[in-house]
Amino acid sequence: MPQEPLVEIRDLNFSYDTRTILSGINITIPRGKVVAIMGSSGCGKTTTLRLIGGQLKPTSGSVKVAGQVVHELDAKQLYALRRRMGMLFQFGALFTDMSVFDNIAFQMREHTDLPEAMIRDLVLMKLHAVGLRGAHNLMPTELSGGMARRVALARAIALDPMLIMYDEPFAGLDPISLSIVGDLIRKLNDALGASSIVVTHDVQESLKIVDYVYFVSEGKIVAEGTAEEIKNSKTSYVHQFVWGEADGPVPFHYPAKKTYGEQLMESAVYRG
Amino acid sequence: MDKAYKTGSKVAQFLQYLGNTVTKRIFRLGFAARFFVAIFLQSGTAFRRLNLTLREIYFSGVLSLIIILVSGLFVGMVLGLQGYDTLQRYGSTEALGILVALSLVRELGPVVAALLFASRAGSAITAEIGLMKATEQLSAMEMMAVNPIARVVAPRFWGGVVSMPILAALFSAMGILGGYLVGVKLIGVDEGSFWSQMQASVDFQKDILNGVIKSFVFGVIVSWVAVFEGYDADPTAEGVSRATTRTVVTSSLAILAADFILTAFMFTGA
Repeated sequence: MPQEPLVEIRDLNFSYDTRTILSGINITIPRGKVVAIMGSSGCGKTTTLRLIGGQLKPTSGSVKVAGQVVHELDAKQLYALRRRMGMLFQFGALFTDMSVFDNIAFQMREHTDLPEAMIRDLVLMKLHAVGLRGAHNLMPTELSGGMARRVALARAIALDPMLIMYDEPFAGLDPISLSIVGDLIRKLNDALGASSIVVTHDVQESLKIVDYVYFVSEGKIVAEGTAEEIKNSKTSYVHQFVWGEADGPVPFHYPAKKTYGEQLMESAVYRG
Repeated sequence: MDKAYKTGSKVAQFLQYLGNTVTKRIFRLGFAARFFVAIFLQSGTAFRRLNLTLREIYFSGVLSLIIILVSGLFVGMVLGLQGYDTLQRYGSTEALGILVALSLVRELGPVVAALLFASRAGSAITAEIGLMKATEQLSAMEMMAVNPIARVVAPRFWGGVVSMPILAALFSAMGILGGYLVGVKLIGVDEGSFWSQMQASVDFQKDILNGVIKSFVFGVIVSWVAVFEGYDADPTAEGVSRATTRTVVTSSLAILAADFILTAFMFTGA
């Protein structure tokens, strides 16, 4: 009998007032896999992550994590579920008043009664995993963008979560840091036996590490498949996105009320 | 017909704007009230882990000491000068000690210290919480199953509430010292009269305790406004800047209004 997927999103709709963000989304995240949710900025990727984490409630449909419908949980149950999740925010979201060490120890101190000596060992182990054991005394302001992202990654895996969510983990990184973070996402997922959701628009890096990809456009899933299937996709939106073409289903020009000719004519009349 | 239509349309627009603004304000006030209740409900962590609250007392209280002590000294010195100038017209300069002490303990101590506290510590609390929100630190905390109201907001609130009466007392003490330096050492008012009249006239319950109650209420007001504005700030640089300004303006006005109400209850007709 096949194992139940860790995350199941069914017929998910979400709107802010009258503005529809997500419409009829269906996503399945199997256990042990790294799944990417891709799409252009503002297409609803981060909103999907927030719905999985229970920070937003769906307008209709459901998000099920480890067999529990997230929006039906009370505060206590939701917090219990979140203890088994890790999340890496777009720019790390490290606590700026704490050192690197304290940032990673934060959850251990909040949720466990572990002695300080053991917390120290665990924190250094997590930092070693992301290659920053030597940086444990630094403050977040002393870190480069890539280092901050790795510290945030170490913090996200502090309690060995079953699900790790990454919100734009590659944004603003240099090629070396980008490759390091990409490798870490894959290796940590496999080492922890967790499942990972990577929300990104960095196609080349993410296609190297993910098992499956969902493409979101205007709040809908427009394509899905393995990395190979996506690379060879004939869907015009996916093709434009993967190969970075300036014009296509996502137009180069922002829609204008009048045609270019009409506006030129108006300008000529105005100038007399 | 067209003109009348346009005028009617403008009136409708104005009424719509007015209604929208009032509704938003009432909604925000309701949110602030619910937030106040939430702080109390989530205060367990702030009391159980006292180091969190002590840290905030340090940031809000200890780091405000310089501005409070220096301002208190100058306010007392000015009171000494002004009080002497007025009292000498009636030949009662020996009452300078009473004037300085009562002005400070009843009014100026709690009120001026609270206004300074709002500017120094209240604005800092709002900016810190607002920036934590803008940089997703509060969201990160929520995703780590840690309630930001319990971990971030409540310790700052109680830190402010505890600091305020102590700062007001220190402000009054420094003010009395300033009045003494100017009145006795500089102008030459009799030292014995200055202290003895003060001791005889200042009542512990009526003057000092009421002053402490005032400063406690002001501490609640400033801390509440500061944490709420930070938590409710738009998560942008401009939003945090506006929230910080709102903290100073709102809490200053609220302090003055509350002072009038408290004074009316405490001192009228006694």
